Amino acid sequence: MAFPRPRPARAELPRQRVQTLQCGQGAVRAARFNADGNYCLTCGSDKTLKLWNPHKGTALRTYQGHGYEVLDAAGSFDNSQICSGGADKAVALWDVSTGQVVRKYRGHAGKVNCVQFNGEATVIVSGSIDSTVRCWDCRSRRPDPIQVLDEAKDGISSLKLSAHEILTGSVDGRVRRYDLRTGQLFSDYIGSPITSVCFTKDGQCVLAASLDSTLRLLDKDTGELLGEYTGHRSTTYRLDCVLNEQDTHVGCASEDGHVYFWDLVEGSLALSLPVGQGVVQSLAFHPRLPCLLVATQGQVTLWREDGFQPEGDPG
Amino acid sequence: AAVESSDSEEEDLVSYGSALQPLQEGERIKKPVPLQEQTVKDAKGRYQRFHGAFTGGFSAGYFNTVGTKEGWTPSAFVSSRQKRADRTILGPEDFMDEEDLSEFGIAPKDITTTDDFASKAKDRIKEKARQIAGVVAPIPGTTAFDDLIGPSKITVGVELLQKMGWKQGQGIGPRVKRKPCRQKPDPTVKIYGCALPPGLSEGSEDEEDEYQPENVTFAPKDVMPVDLTPKENVHGLGYKGLDPSQALFGVSGREHLNLFTGGSEETSNLLGDLRPSKGRKLGITGQAFGVGALEEEDDDIYATDTLSKYDTVLKDEEPGDGLYGWTAPKQYKSKKRPERDFKYIGKILDGFSLASKSSAPIKIYPPPSLPRNYRPVHYFRPVIIAGNENCHLHKALEESTGKLKSDPAQQSRHALNAAQRRQQLGETELKGPAPSILEYLSEKDRERLKEMKQASEQQMKAKIVSQQSPDSSQQIPAAIPNSRFQPAPSEDAAHKWQMVLGGQLANAGSSDFKPFAKNPEKQKRYENYVKSLKKGEKDTLERFLDPNMTEWERGREHEEFFRAAMFYRSSNSTLSSRFTRAKYEDDVDKVEVPRDQENDIDDKETAVKMKMFGKLTRDMFEWHPDKLLCKRFNVRDPYPDSSVVGLPKVKRDKYSVFNFLTVPEPTTSVTQATNEKIQESNSLNKPKKPSRWDVSDKEKEKKESISEFISLARSKADVQQQPPVPATEECGTGTSEALPTPVTDEDKNQEEESRRPPMDLFKAIFVSSSDEKSSSSEEESDEEQQPTTSERESETTKPVDVPHSSSSNVQESVTATTDSGISSLPTSKQELDATEEFGPKLPPAFCSGRFCKHLDKKEKHRKIRERHKTKKEGKRKKEKKKKHKKQKNKGKHKNKKPEKASSSDTTDSSDSLSDMDTTGLSPKELLRR
Repeated sequence: MAFPRPRPARAELPRQRVQTLQCGQGAVRAARFNADGNYCLTCGSDKTLKLWNPHKGTALRTYQGHGYEVLDAAGSFDNSQICSGGADKAVALWDVSTGQVVRKYRGHAGKVNCVQFNGEATVIVSGSIDSTVRCWDCRSRRPDPIQVLDEAKDGISSLKLSAHEILTGSVDGRVRRYDLRTGQLFSDYIGSPITSVCFTKDGQCVLAASLDSTLRLLDKDTGELLGEYTGHRSTTYRLDCVLNEQDTHVGCASEDGHVYFWDLVEGSLALSLPVGQGVVQSLAFHPRLPCLLVATQGQVTLWREDGFQPEGDPG
Repeated sequence: AAVESSDSEEEDLVSYGSALQPLQEGERIKKPVPLQEQTVKDAKGRYQRFHGAFTGGFSAGYFNTVGTKEGWTPSAFVSSRQKRADRTILGPEDFMDEEDLSEFGIAPKDITTTDDFASKAKDRIKEKARQIAGVVAPIPGTTAFDDLIGPSKITVGVELLQKMGWKQGQGIGPRVKRKPCRQKPDPTVKIYGCALPPGLSEGSEDEEDEYQPENVTFAPKDVMPVDLTPKENVHGLGYKGLDPSQALFGVSGREHLNLFTGGSEETSNLLGDLRPSKGRKLGITGQAFGVGALEEEDDDIYATDTLSKYDTVLKDEEPGDGLYGWTAPKQYKSKKRPERDFKYIGKILDGFSLASKSSAPIKIYPPPSLPRNYRPVHYFRPVIIAGNENCHLHKALEESTGKLKSDPAQQSRHALNAAQRRQQLGETELKGPAPSILEYLSEKDRERLKEMKQASEQQMKAKIVSQQSPDSSQQIPAAIPNSRFQPAPSEDAAHKWQMVLGGQLANAGSSDFKPFAKNPEKQKRYENYVKSLKKGEKDTLERFLDPNMTEWERGREHEEFFRAAMFYRSSNSTLSSRFTRAKYEDDVDKVEVPRDQENDIDDKETAVKMKMFGKLTRDMFEWHPDKLLCKRFNVRDPYPDSSVVGLPKVKRDKYSVFNFLTVPEPTTSVTQATNEKIQESNSLNKPKKPSRWDVSDKEKEKKESISEFISLARSKADVQQQPPVPATEECGTGTSEALPTPVTDEDKNQEEESRRPPMDLFKAIFVSSSDEKSSSSEEESDEEQQPTTSERESETTKPVDVPHSSSSNVQESVTATTDSGISSLPTSKQELDATEEFGPKLPPAFCSGRFCKHLDKKEKHRKIRERHKTKKEGKRKKEKKKKHKKQKNKGKHKNKKPEKASSSDTTDSSDSLSDMDTTGLSPKELLRR
C-alpha cells in the first residue's frame, strides 16, 4: 500500500532578516554558500576571503593570499578545499583547515570573475574577463590548464557546472553550454551582456540574467525561451541571479537595493525584498532551505522565511 | 611505572637494564611481534621470502613485486596507435635478482675462467656425482660412453704438452732409460681376464723389460697425484664399500669396463680408493671382509698380505757412500735435494755445461708507484703519412681520369679540398649538390669566365705595375698580351648574370628544394625553368609555362620562379647535404580558424527581439573536450579517436578576402545591440579583443573612484538600453577632437561641449527621446564627472577600435530612434556616456555618503589619493588632445559645483542613482581639482 506522497510544502520565500554579518573586508564581492549551506564564504575587496557560519553569525576563518580583490569563491563538496578567483588574475586553491594556499593557478590574462569546483573537486573551472574559461587540474601538479575554452568573444561573467556540463555566461551576450558527454557546444544568443547564469535544480533549464534588466529561463536542450522576468534593475553591474531551493521561484539582485523574486512558472513578481540601500552585490540561495544570503555595502545579511525562529536568538 | 615506584618508595632497590618508555596517555601497549609476522629483510630492505623460484630463499623481485617498481607493468612498455610495442623476448635473467647475477649467484655476470682455461682438475664432487649416476643408472657405463663420444676439451697446457710430444698417460719430464730392475709381480697373484693396457698396469711394463733395446728411452712414469680428499666418514682407513661393478657383474663387468679408458679406475676412484685398483687380487685392498651374497668367487676371501709385495731392497737412491737416510749429515742432504729436483737430463750443446749453481731466484721488483694525478688514458698521436705517396696517387688518378684540373696548388695534400680527396680515395660522391658552380657551366662558359678573370687580374696587375715601377719591364710585356682579351667577353651583361645565376641555381635544382611541392605541375614547370637556367638558356621559361595562362599570370609566375630560385638557393652545399628538408613547408600564409563560427548576429538580434528563442538563437558546434577533463568529470570521451581539443579548426588563407568579410558591417542596424556586435567584429578581426584589455587596465582604478564606476555604469547602461543618447556620447568620446560641433540640447551641452558628433545626428536622436529625461540632481552630479571619465576612457581605449565603435554607434543611434521600446527603465540619458563596452561592472563598494560614514577615513583618503594620481597621469597623456577643450571643461565644472553639493545632500531619496554616485566625496574631489 503506497501512500500518495505528501504534497510538497508551498515554497516559502525568505522575508525576514535573521543575521547580519559585518564583514569588514571592504566591499563584499561575492557571498557563497558551501555545498551543504551551513557555511558561507565572503569575498572581500580587501584581498581576503572569509569563512562564516552565517546562521550563527560567527566568522570562522580569514584566508589571505590574493594579490587583489577576491571576486568569487566556491567550496568543494567535502568542505575541505576552497577555490577562489580574484582581480589578481589568479585562481587560488585553499586548504580550509590550515588556511593556506595549496596552489595558485596563473594563466588568465585578466580578472577572474567566477570559479567553480566540479563535483569531485578535481577540477577548478574559472572564467575571466580575458574571455576564456580555464579548467585547472587539482590532481596533478601541472601549472597549465587542462583545457582553455576560448570561444567567448568577451569576458566571462558567470560560470556554473553540472555533472557533465560547463555553463558560461559572457558579456558578448551569449550563454554557452559545453556538454562534455556529447561533445557539443551550445551557444544561445541573448543579445545583452550576461551577468549571471545558473542551472535549475532539475538540470533542465538555464536561467540567465542580462544587463537589459531581464532574466530569461531557457530550455536547456532546445534553447527556447520558457520565461522572462523583469521588474528589477540590472543595467550596469554584474549581479547574481538565483533559483530557490525548490525551483519554484527565480530571484535576482537589483541595483535599487532590492532582491526580486518571481514565480518561475507564471513569471509574476512574487516578492520585492528591500535588503539595503546600495546595490545588491551578491546573492546566494541556500541549497535546501528558504534561506538567502545577500551581500550589500560591505555586509552580508541572511534572510529566512516568515515564522522562522532563529535558535539561540533571544528575540 | 616500576622505575617511578622504585624511586619514590624503595630507593634501596637496584634496577637492572634500561627502563621502558613511560606509556603515553591512552597509548596501547605494544604487543611483541609474533613470530609469524616477524620479517626478514635483505640488504636493500626488501622482504626476504624463504621460498623462491631459482635459488630458494630469496626475495622475488622489487620488494616482492616483480622486478620493477610497477610490478607486472613492464617498465618500457609503450604502445599507441602509431607505435606498437616491441616484442621483447624475456630471458631467465629478466626474472632474476641482482643476487642471482652476482659472483655467487646462479648466473654470474662477472668474468670467470672458462673451461678452456680451467685446470683439468675437475670438480671432484660433480665428477663423483656423475660417476655414481653413471654406475647406478639402469644402463651402467653410459657415462663412459659419454666420455668416449663427447668432444673432449683439451686445456691449453695439455695441448702444449702434446705438441712437445707428451702423450696421455705419460709422465712429464725428460725421457729416461728404463730402470734395469723392477720387481716382478708376484707370481701368486692371479690376473684375470685380458691384460691391462700397458699404461695402466705395471706388470705388463715389467714384462716387456727384457726385450727393451739399449738405446730406447722411455717417458717417465706418470705420477698419480696424491688424492687429498679429506676423510669424512667413520670407516676405517682404506675402507671402501662394495664395488657395485664387481658386485653386480663380477669379473666380466670389470672387464667390460676396462675396455674403456680408465673406466674401472675411475669408478674405484670415486668409491674412495686412493690408488688405482689393479684388481682386487692385487695386494691389500680395503675391501670389507666376507663375501657378498652376489659374489660368486670366494676362493681368496682370506687373501693375505705377502711380504713379497713390498720392496725388500733399497735401490736407486743409494749414493754409495753410505751417507744417506735420515741420519745422513746435513750438507749431504741439502746437496742432494736440489739436484734431484731440478735435474736437467737432456742434451747439452757443445761449449755449454750445466750450471753448477742454480741461478738465484728471480728478484721481483714492485711496480713503480704511479703519480697521484696519473690518468690511465692513452692519447693517440695523429699518424702522419708522408705526402709523397698521395702525390703519386693523385697524379695517377689525374692521368687516368683526366678530370681533375691541373692546378699546381693541388699538389700539396693540404691544399686538396674534400671532393678532391674523395676522388683520390675513390669514394663515391655525396648526394648533395656539387660544390662548385663551375661544374655546371658548360666548358665554353667556363673558359670564358676564366679568361675574364684572368683579364681583370692582369689589368689590375698592369695598373699596379705601371703605378709602382715603370722599370720593372718584365711584367708589362706579360700584361700586354693578356690585355688583348680584355674586350673579348662582349656578351650582354644580362645573359652573363643569368648564367651565373644559373650556376647558383643549380643547387636549388639539384637539392630537394621544392617550393611548389603542393602544386606538382607548377613545381615541374619550376624545375624545368631551373634546368634551363642551368644550361644557360635564357627566356626559356615561356616554353614551360602553361599555355593556358594569361599574360599576367605568366609574368607573375616568371617572377615567382625567379624569386624562388634566388630564395631557395641553398647557401651552403655541405650543409644542404647534411640536412633533409621538411616534407612540406609550413603554411605561413594560412591561419587556423575555427571551422564553425557564431555568425549572423543580425538574424539573432531580430529573433531575440521577437523573443523567438530556440533554433534561431542557438548555435551548435562540435566541441572536443580534453581527455583529461573527461576523466576528471567521470564522463566518457565523446570523441575517443580524435586528437582535437576544443572546436575543430580549419586552415584558411591568412589574407583571404573572406577573413575580412567576416566583419559584420553594421550597415543595417535593425536591432539594439551594436556594442556586442562591435566587439564581435573586433574580436573577429583581431584576436586581441582590445576592449577587454582596456577595461582591465581601467578596472584597477575602478575601486578607487566611484565616479569611474558611475561612468562605466552609464556606458553599460547606454549600451544595453540603447536610449538614443548614449550613442552620441560615445561618438563624442571616440571622435571628440575630430568633430567639435555646436550644441543643441542644454544638458548635453554641459556634459560635453568638446566632443560632439554632427548636429543632425543629435537631432535625429533626441527628437524622440528627449521626453525620457528625468533629470534629478544626482544625475546632474553624474554629469560633472563625465568629462573626466570620458577622457580617461578615451585614453584607455585603443585607437584601433575607435572608428569601429564610433561609426557603428552613429548608425545605431540613428536607428535607435525608431525603437525606443526597451528604454522604459528610469535610466537617464546622462548616464549613458562612456564608450566602455565592457560588460557588467562590479557593484560599487559602498553607497552614498551617508552610508560611507561608517567607513574608516583612511581608506577613503587613500582612494582619493590614488585616484588623484591616476587622474594626473591621464591628464598628462591627454593634455595635447584636450588643449582646446580644457577651458570649456573648466567652465563646466564651475557651473556644476553648486549642483554637486546639492546632490550629495539629497541622497536620502531612495533613487538608485543616489546610491551610485555617492561616496559624495569623489565628485567633490574632482571639482576641487
